[in-house]
Amino acid sequence: MKYVDEYRDARLANDIARQIATAVNPARSYHFMEFCGGHTHAISRYGLADLLPSNVWMIHGPGCPVCVLPIGRIDAAIALAMRREITLCTYGDLMRVPCSNGSSLLKAKAAGADIRMIYSTLDSLSIAETEPDREVVFFAIGFETTTPPTALALRFAIAKGLRNFSIFSNHVRTPAAIQNIVESPDVGKPGAVKIDGFIGPAHVSTVIGTEPYDFIAEKFKKPVVVAGFEPLDIMHAVLLLVRQVNDGLHQVGNQYIRAVTTFGNEKAQSEIANFFELRESFEWRGLGEVPYGALRLRPQYGEYDAEKRFGMVTPAAQDNPACECAAILRGMKKPADCKLFGKVCTPDTPMGSCMVSSEGACAAHWIYGRFRGQVKADESSRIVR
Amino acid sequence: MCLALPVKVKELLPDNMAKVTLDGVSKVISIALVDDVRPGDYVVLHVGYALAKIDPEEAARTLALIREATVGGTA
Repeated sequence: MKYVDEYRDARLANDIARQIATAVNPARSYHFMEFCGGHTHAISRYGLADLLPSNVWMIHGPGCPVCVLPIGRIDAAIALAMRREITLCTYGDLMRVPCSNGSSLLKAKAAGADIRMIYSTLDSLSIAETEPDREVVFFAIGFETTTPPTALALRFAIAKGLRNFSIFSNHVRTPAAIQNIVESPDVGKPGAVKIDGFIGPAHVSTVIGTEPYDFIAEKFKKPVVVAGFEPLDIMHAVLLLVRQVNDGLHQVGNQYIRAVTTFGNEKAQSEIANFFELRESFEWRGLGEVPYGALRLRPQYGEYDAEKRFGMVTPAAQDNPACECAAILRGMKKPADCKLFGKVCTPDTPMGSCMVSSEGACAAHWIYGRFRGQVKADESSRIVR
Repeated sequence: MCLALPVKVKELLPDNMAKVTLDGVSKVISIALVDDVRPGDYVVLHVGYALAKIDPEEAARTLALIREATVGGTA
């Protein structure tokens, strides 16, 4: 695959690893947060942590929109979908997320709710067009990559005069979440999570550019390198971060120059701005209320806003008290630190969203990493013998 | 959901749509968010929409930078 395979060259990855090993100062440690679940997944899948020197640590961040969605929002969507006239459309990732009373969208569908899994917002528009007697609600979720497609769906719905289409917006913003993390009391205190720099998600930056991270670099003095999702991209970003830390720099770097610019896709941004406005506050699982961390439809599109149109309420809902998703999302704990991990909580029987979403830290660790410690122990016992 | 992939544009279709391929798999996607897309271009595809064009020169430059960084040491 062009623009994929060449960034998976194992020999080059090893070369970068050697370069990182040469560059690091053995007297200090380096802690980098990869914000995006796509990076978390790639780091686990390609075993990149094993290529890094022992004093370079990757911390998994909260950049998985499924993982950070509080279950009350899914409860609200299920309550809506149980209404006879409603067809609820959403991306597949959300279907199995456990919510209150042991339910999920998939179980609600099995119980008779008209819930449909779609690939694109265009699919939900087709449903609204071909089934005019149904009220089609798109359960919108995602960071800045999925927001422009939602905005365009609304543009098309208005252009086509579709009156039976609305949006339940759960779109969230990357820079606000990074700011929340660097301002968190969990960061920087002795014994708490330490972050020396961030790897920013390239796909988000195809839309927003690198500029929105400038204030993180300037105000919080943390370097940010926007990087792609192939193993060479991530290793390259780590090398660039190590060099910045060594030189005492805190700049915004762009590793994904092949598709990311300073100011991003201005057409996509203007579509977002046309239809969405900031929410003053929005609850994120693990981070609590994040100021300006999410988007809602502008008031002039109120009739397309499912929350207003159907008087939706988000019930207060408690996560499973034994589930450590909230701490894992903030980089405070690792998946294996959770009592449920690998016992009652597996991808087949997920207890929390970090295990449901394929981009979640727990799912990535389950699929690719859970035997790593064991293999290392076996290897060392062989050496002893 | 968050997965986005580079795909090759095969054919432009009406209403800002395009047929794309990835390793032989074809799909019709929206190119409404990206200007000046031509057959042969690679775009970053995400949930049915192209988000950006891939710049072939910058893609080659990234690989060159990586090689430089590893071979040249401090380059």
